[in-house]
Amino acid sequence: MTVPHDLDRRFREAAAALRLVDASFDIVESPLGPLLVAVSDRGLAAVSYDPKPEAALERIARIAGPRVLRSPRAVEEARRELDEYFAGRRRVFDLALDLRGLASFTVSVLGELARVPYGTTTTYGALAARVGRPRSARAVGTVMNRNRLPIVLPCHRVVGSGGDLVGYAGGLERKVALLQLEGVL
Amino acid sequence: MMQAVAIPPFERFYEQHRDEVLRLLRRRLGAARADDAFQETFLRALQAYPRLAHGEHLRAWVLTIARNVAVDALRRQRADGGEPAEQAVEDRRPAYRELAGLTDGLPPKERAAVVLRYGYDLPYDQIAAALGSSEGAARQAASTGVRRLRRRITP
Repeated sequence: MTVPHDLDRRFREAAAALRLVDASFDIVESPLGPLLVAVSDRGLAAVSYDPKPEAALERIARIAGPRVLRSPRAVEEARRELDEYFAGRRRVFDLALDLRGLASFTVSVLGELARVPYGTTTTYGALAARVGRPRSARAVGTVMNRNRLPIVLPCHRVVGSGGDLVGYAGGLERKVALLQLEGVL
Repeated sequence: MMQAVAIPPFERFYEQHRDEVLRLLRRRLGAARADDAFQETFLRALQAYPRLAHGEHLRAWVLTIARNVAVDALRRQRADGGEPAEQAVEDRRPAYRELAGLTDGLPPKERAAVVLRYGYDLPYDQIAAALGSSEGAARQAASTGVRRLRRRITP
């Protein structure tokens, strides 16, 4: 016997409605493949290209707390904004972000990253300069590589000083696809 | 010292135990009333989850919450003048079974506290979470239960 779908759904909705969870997640379908999306009461907490929850859930639990529960309804707003972005109807995300636990350098780099406009690119060195650490291009690269909110915090818009794409934690083909979507490539 | 087992993300805990919890509740309450008790069990577990000190004995813990929810449901039903409650079906868990006969006549809270403490070796914070009471009240319930048993065994 397994728990009937309806009973399962009722529990998940009650848990979210009673605010008894630290974070909710669900799988959001996208042209780049399924995304695991998590939100806490502070905002978007994770976007992961790896739809297998195991490692992602551990990470989300470390950020928000151990009560991480799947709940389609709770991630509805994030799903809608992502859908609109992939449909070419959204250029700026309005979602609140949960940046708990990040070092202050990381937060300021991500803050600058959030201001890189849709359809443009910048470089690791330029971002480093904008946070007042012009010699820290490599550290900026590490921040991009560990970005837990890809797409929404557009690390795909950051390229090498020679214009090469360099790399992307979600796979270079996804970086290419995102830049094509935004009309850069 | 062994390293404490980390508390898993709730999703994993829930997926691991939801089927067994529902089976237990259906045995005790019948299919019709098991659904509400299922939701109540996991909402209580959610409420207590952040207070857990480690991730050990989670199965025993959630089954105890389920048993308490079932006891509450049967008690409410009796208070409402409903059908007489059917005798609770005992689980076949060795630790529980050993103590089950011995603790039979104890009040439900004391019995649960004694069995969790001495049958499952759970720490008091988890017993408290399972019983929906404070740690002090759990400690009190276990020690009152043991005293009651002692009086019964040594006339």
